[in-house]
Amino acid sequence: MATEPKIPDLSEVDTPPNLPTGTPMVQFDKVVKRFGDNVVLDHLDFSVEQGERVTLIGPSGSGKTTILRLLMTLERINDGVIYVEGQPLSHMDRGGKLVPANERYLSTVRKKIGMVFQQFNLFPNMKVLENVIEAPVHVLGVPKDEAVERAKKLLDLVGLADRVGQHPTSLSGGQQQRVAIARALAMQPDVLLLDEVTSALDPELVADVLNVLRDIARTTTITMLIVTHEMHFARDVSNRILMFDKGRIVEEGAPDKIFSEPENDRTQTFLRAVLEER
Amino acid sequence: MPKVWDWDLAGQALPLLLQGFLVTLAATVVASVVAIILGLVLAMLRRTRFAAVRAPVRAFVEFVRSTPVMVQLFAVYVVFPGLSPFTIGVTVLGIHYATYMSEVYRAGIDGVPKGQWEAATALSLPRGRTWRAVILPQAVRNVLPALGNYVISMFKDTPFLAVITVHEMVFQATTFGGDHFKYLEVFTMAAAIFLIASYPTSLLVRRLEKRLGH
Ligand SMILES: Nc1ncnc2c1ncn2[C@@H]1O[C@H](COP(=O)(O)OP(=O)(O)OP(=O)(O)O)[C@@H](O)[C@H]1O
Ligand SMILES: [Mg+2]
Repeated sequence: MATEPKIPDLSEVDTPPNLPTGTPMVQFDKVVKRFGDNVVLDHLDFSVEQGERVTLIGPSGSGKTTILRLLMTLERINDGVIYVEGQPLSHMDRGGKLVPANERYLSTVRKKIGMVFQQFNLFPNMKVLENVIEAPVHVLGVPKDEAVERAKKLLDLVGLADRVGQHPTSLSGGQQQRVAIARALAMQPDVLLLDEVTSALDPELVADVLNVLRDIARTTTITMLIVTHEMHFARDVSNRILMFDKGRIVEEGAPDKIFSEPENDRTQTFLRAVLEER
Repeated sequence: MPKVWDWDLAGQALPLLLQGFLVTLAATVVASVVAIILGLVLAMLRRTRFAAVRAPVRAFVEFVRSTPVMVQLFAVYVVFPGLSPFTIGVTVLGIHYATYMSEVYRAGIDGVPKGQWEAATALSLPRGRTWRAVILPQAVRNVLPALGNYVISMFKDTPFLAVITVHEMVFQATTFGGDHFKYLEVFTMAAAIFLIASYPTSLLVRRLEKRLGH
């Protein structure tokens, strides 16, 4: 493989990558998403630069998950265009015109994106190591021994080097989620989507997962879109916070600004509510 | 006055019954293979995104399920006189049960959480690979006991093949009984052989059910 894996190299932990780089990695252009009559995203515009870490916050139902699922091509867009690295994700070029993407096109562009789910979604019929090498071997065509080598490194990174031969069901939720993170990274995505990855975990297991993600944020240049209720974590890793309400961005800015002196009423109400929960 | 139970006659019948039993077993095995494979194919065809495929498959499944297997056996036997009764028997029985098993597979496939499909998509796994490596192993595992129960009931349906002259056990019993004007021994023994073969199998399926946590 010509490209160096974007997996974090722990020996470089002290050299922070230069973030962000200024190139738009993800761009939403007047994106509309409806479920029946329910217009969830109404001409949404925003972009995320390469290497940037953006956290989406906002009340339940404000469309955060929908945004990530659109990017992961798990949902179909109704109008507008989503670009990834300047390439339309939702559409393809046919004779100079953008037409809705077909399955074949989608399968080529979605490789740039990886996602970690709230419910882990590990494959229970495969062992931990098999979960991690499945896609590199069968999608990227990485030779098996090379994939195993890299998978072991990734599992070491998430602190599970000694679990390679176990079945996911024998692991704790926090361990399963760390395997899921390793599995997503094994595909070397340009963009990593994290949708409430600690919400399904017992409180005492949350910290390990967040620390792994902090490490990855610190040691890689991977672009991240994060949905989380862990505001300390969001503050630590994000370059920018987007506050959503009813599918619109009502406020955005650096974490320090949003968390310390939010201007918008709804941001203030939302943050107060989240902080009271704890 | 003739004896109610004639041990000599029973002894004479046994080799014939066992010979028939081998045919019964062979029919069960071949028909099971047909049903297990075709059932899966039908289940997957009923899920394709091509409506032009889904509708006729669905109609076929409904048709086969709502006509008696005995009638199907006769019909095919009459229409294809060139085929051997055994071939017709296992094919018809296999197809009949395939339609039932396709429902079982369907339930198994539907039972695989949506998150598994989504994880496969997020990893860019191609559709074929997703089916083979992710969905089917989980779906089949969950329905193994149900498939096992259908195999047992297929085994118990093999006597239907006698009507198209397949020399399975009940055919042999009927012939022997007719020749000697005495049916009690042969049919009691045939029933016993069925019981001896199917009871341990049911126990096995029940153990499997327990192990899979049903
Ligand atoms: N598959 C679906 N079918 C119908 N409506 C949906 C579907 N998915 C989401 N919605 C609706 O879209 C809206 C946005 O949902 P979304 O899950 O994106 O919100 P969210 O910001 O992630 O909320 P939460 O914080 O509760 O996770 C909601 O009104 C929801 O009911
Ligand atoms: Mg959500």
